[in-house]
Amino acid sequence: MQLSRSARYLLRAGTALTLAFLYIPLAVIALYAFNERRTLRWPIPGLTLDWFGRAFENPGVRDALATSLKAATGATAIALVLGTLAALAVSRHRFFGRDTISFLVLLPIALPGIVTGMALNATFREVLTPFGVGLGLFTVIVGHATFCIVVIYNNAIARLRRTGGAFEEASADLGADTWTTFRLVTLPALRSAMVAGALLAFALSFDEVIVTTFTAGQQQTLPIWILANLSRPNQLPIVNVVGVIVIALSAFPVYLAHRLTLDPEGDSAAVAPAGAAAP
Amino acid sequence: MATGTIARKPARRALAGFLWRHPRAQLSLLLAGPIGWLVIAYLGSLAVLFIAAFWRLDTFSGEVVHEYGFENFQTLAENDVYRTIVLRTVLIAAAVTVTDAILAFPIAFFMAKVARRRVRALLVVAVVMPLWSSYLVKVYAWRIILAEDGILNWALDPLGLSGPGFGNVATWLVFSYLWLPYMILPIYAGLERIPDSLLDASGDLGGGAGVTFRSIVLPLALPAVAAGSIFTFSLTLGDYITPQIVSSTQFIGNVVYTNVGVANNLPLAAAFATVPVAIMILYLLAARRMGAFESL
Repeated sequence: MQLSRSARYLLRAGTALTLAFLYIPLAVIALYAFNERRTLRWPIPGLTLDWFGRAFENPGVRDALATSLKAATGATAIALVLGTLAALAVSRHRFFGRDTISFLVLLPIALPGIVTGMALNATFREVLTPFGVGLGLFTVIVGHATFCIVVIYNNAIARLRRTGGAFEEASADLGADTWTTFRLVTLPALRSAMVAGALLAFALSFDEVIVTTFTAGQQQTLPIWILANLSRPNQLPIVNVVGVIVIALSAFPVYLAHRLTLDPEGDSAAVAPAGAAAP
Repeated sequence: MATGTIARKPARRALAGFLWRHPRAQLSLLLAGPIGWLVIAYLGSLAVLFIAAFWRLDTFSGEVVHEYGFENFQTLAENDVYRTIVLRTVLIAAAVTVTDAILAFPIAFFMAKVARRRVRALLVVAVVMPLWSSYLVKVYAWRIILAEDGILNWALDPLGLSGPGFGNVATWLVFSYLWLPYMILPIYAGLERIPDSLLDASGDLGGGAGVTFRSIVLPLALPAVAAGSIFTFSLTLGDYITPQIVSSTQFIGNVVYTNVGVANNLPLAAAFATVPVAIMILYLLAARRMGAFESL
């Protein structure tokens, strides 16, 4: 479209400004991870790799990392199954209340995180405690799985809508039963969308802090470890390093998911806001 | 061994045939897991929370008493402190929403209408990546930036200025930062749907950039802005960690969290948690009238 020179210039300036606003804090935290000094005073005197070594030796960090990985893996596995099943049901069947499913799946992240966290906390305490199940890794996984379903569902359903049911009908006409059709037709078409959804679910679970604070009990995930150590000045250099690692560990799967779901136009719907989630 | 495989195959095949003839059975199998999980684990939990709002805490024993009443809501309505906190939270959420809409428009317009395809794809990734990177680490980064001897004060010092420090302004700034991508992406998608011909026609008829923006772009992009605002508003309402890290003031979330964790007063917390939910329901109804749901 036609734009005057000044309008074009202003737009470019606004774009550059917003991008700078988005990335400067990330750059700052990355820089501080290499800070030679213990305090957060700016300007930093020099760069060092020492804190990375210290962070990896820190038992608290190691335990939290292990817990985070376990929680994210467990939640992703559950969400992958439930999200894919729901997407198959909605895309390939007509039934009463079909529109409600998308809403139901979205609800855990559409409601403020504190409401979801509290609701699960209240239920776990009322229902699970009498059975001797306390808050811990199990309850974290249940909580994370609940709000991770939506990213898998959104990815799977977008793919199922695009591929349509014609191939599956053709497969049935050629004599394949339900299982064979699923294995040879539906699954191969769905696979990359499922992987993308799983990567996003993993990243989402790995970063989550609000619901986790209500469901973790004494367990520490990596974000909870950061939260607990923010107010301890002598831990700050390690917090900086852990921050950079957390960003890297979530950025990588998200980037992969984006690549996996690029359509021929070069657009990717996978990581768009409705599929994105509250932290 | 051999009989096993022979026996299994027809059974498998028979089940497949059964499912093919009875799509309802197939549907039930598909839906049992997800619906069971979301309805029992999640909606059930929300129901427990809602019911808990009507319980009360025995002040002597510190135990939750399972008797029903409106005491908690009465406490919340009569106490000035709680009213101030609700007002503060809603005002900051509104300010964050307006700020993000203003910041998001230029970049969204550039992405949708000016940038070439390669640049556009690159910008989408550039906006999406911060959205997915750790929430907590981003807040912490702002704590470093806004600190007394941090970067912002260092940069402003030569100009004789100083940063906002920690407080309401910092909270507003950090929330605006955190939720900005949630606003950019819907507006970008909304602007992309506006046909270029409309903008060209406005230009041909003598409309300058300002007129075209006011009378063509803005009205057509409004549903997308409303869609983005759902995220910026809702996420601010439910947050308690950012205010805790970059200020010492209380938000709705802080009161709720303190009452669940420290004071062990689940009923009061549950009652207070219904406030953001009620506000969000009203907000969603208003947003739907503006056509926001078609832009999600």
